[in-house]
Amino acid sequence: MVKRIVSFCIVIFGVLLLTFLLIHLVPGDPVEVMLGESASTADRMQLREDLGLNQPLYQQFGSYIAKLAHGDLGQSIHTKIPIIELIKTRYPATLKLAALSLIIGLVIGIPLGIYAALKANHWQDFVVTIISVRFSAMPAFWLGPMLMLVFAVWLGWLPVSGMESNSSIILPAVTLGFGLSAILTRMTRTSLLEALNEDFIRTARAKGLSEKTVIIRHALRAALLPIITIVGLQTGSLLAGTVITETIFSWDGIGRLLVESIEKRDYPVTQACVLVVALSYVLVNLCTDILYRFADPRVKFSHD
Amino acid sequence: MIKRIPVALLIFWLAAVLIGGVFGLHGNGIDLNAILATPSAQHWLGADDLGRDILARILKGVEISFSVAVLTTLVTMTIGVLIGLLAGFYGGKVDLILMQITDIFLAFPGMLLAIAFAAVLGPGMTNLMIALCIAGWVSYARLTRGQTLSLRNRQHVQAAESLGASVPRLLIKHILPLLGSILIVEATYSLASIMIAEASLSFLGLGIQAPNASWGAMLRDGVRYMLVAPHYVLIVGLSLMSLILAINLLGDQLRDKLDVRGLENA
Repeated sequence: MVKRIVSFCIVIFGVLLLTFLLIHLVPGDPVEVMLGESASTADRMQLREDLGLNQPLYQQFGSYIAKLAHGDLGQSIHTKIPIIELIKTRYPATLKLAALSLIIGLVIGIPLGIYAALKANHWQDFVVTIISVRFSAMPAFWLGPMLMLVFAVWLGWLPVSGMESNSSIILPAVTLGFGLSAILTRMTRTSLLEALNEDFIRTARAKGLSEKTVIIRHALRAALLPIITIVGLQTGSLLAGTVITETIFSWDGIGRLLVESIEKRDYPVTQACVLVVALSYVLVNLCTDILYRFADPRVKFSHD
Repeated sequence: MIKRIPVALLIFWLAAVLIGGVFGLHGNGIDLNAILATPSAQHWLGADDLGRDILARILKGVEISFSVAVLTTLVTMTIGVLIGLLAGFYGGKVDLILMQITDIFLAFPGMLLAIAFAAVLGPGMTNLMIALCIAGWVSYARLTRGQTLSLRNRQHVQAAESLGASVPRLLIKHILPLLGSILIVEATYSLASIMIAEASLSFLGLGIQAPNASWGAMLRDGVRYMLVAPHYVLIVGLSLMSLILAINLLGDQLRDKLDVRGLENA
């Protein structure tokens, strides 16, 4: 357990260091790149001062961490709005999108996986597996436009993009959730099939329990652990996947904020977005880890 | 028969790119009379928003995307395998430090790191590849390290060691050859995923720059003109799907053929 916490702290430190260094990787002078060549010398001096770029590197990192601890992420170069405000307004939209896609992934993936497992080696299983294996490989920037074309342009059922109506969230959420559901289908199928081969299932059947009880109460429960892990790991990727999906559908979340800041060369905002998404990812993974060990007493923290 | 489909598809794409090259299709020719034209005898797959031939641009896009993917795979594999070999072979502190660094890179969700680096380095093909390499070496390092850990204790390695073989010789002659098949399979999958990553970055405007053709940028333009010219996004989308599926299917077949296990969810 102690080892895990130490390793977790090192990872957090590394994430902070890497995102801090991002701005220093800008080729040439970051101030010039951000402000453009036409900026006056006074403006440049001011920005250099604001960003603390004229201090030694270790001091910059120190003050970066100190500011972070106070919830200060700096301010946008162009709008001068504190970045923390930007994140506060944009992050909920991303969370909403990620939550709905997670639900879509679970609602489609788990039942489909159970179905495939129960029909194992029949044609139904074959079809489900083919679809889930193949389409989980298709990227969001492919699926998004295709869904948009069919459901928004041709059928006209849903809005093309934006956030104006309540149904605007459906297409981006499906785009994000689809890959997750495909992965979940596969995982549920595999772990349920494994569980169905266990001795305790034979015992349950021998006791005369109905097939439904055997599957839901006994097999599915044992199959749940790997599913939890996958959901946890995928929730993190979901957060990152929002960058592309939000851009396609003009969904005003943190992913789009990231892309906008890159286009405007507003690097402090870029840096902050990367940090927030990466930290969310690390935290979700840590929670999954804890939940997993909590759910299955057989897995001890000391094992790794 | 079905088993041949992925290879057939890849050969088809390769042939199309080569033939396109022979006929001098470059896809940058602007034809203002053909803006967003639908497929016709002159433009088999229609034309884009500047009247450029979509077929020619798709073929050029495959060529660029594929060369980026091959180069990036080679570089990431070299870096990752080297780190993995060292960590797995030496174990102890070396392993601890190298794997802690790997963990830090793994703490960023896949594409995010590539996006971040591509953003600060600025657009362009070289920077794109640097960004993809920074994000991509980790999986090779993990894979190689795990394998090396167990291979290191094999008898032939210990025998060679006791005969006085040097470390580079042990790694290259006695451990690396046994990693061959697993690395080939991993590399096939990573070709597909790098092509996707490249297209994603180009979709965001961070990758290959105009006037060079790129599937990601074409898809983005396709989305922009979806209402007036839906064939554009559809054609690019379907082409991309066929190529990615073919490469992934080939990866599965190689995995089965070379009998590499444990890569299913990698």
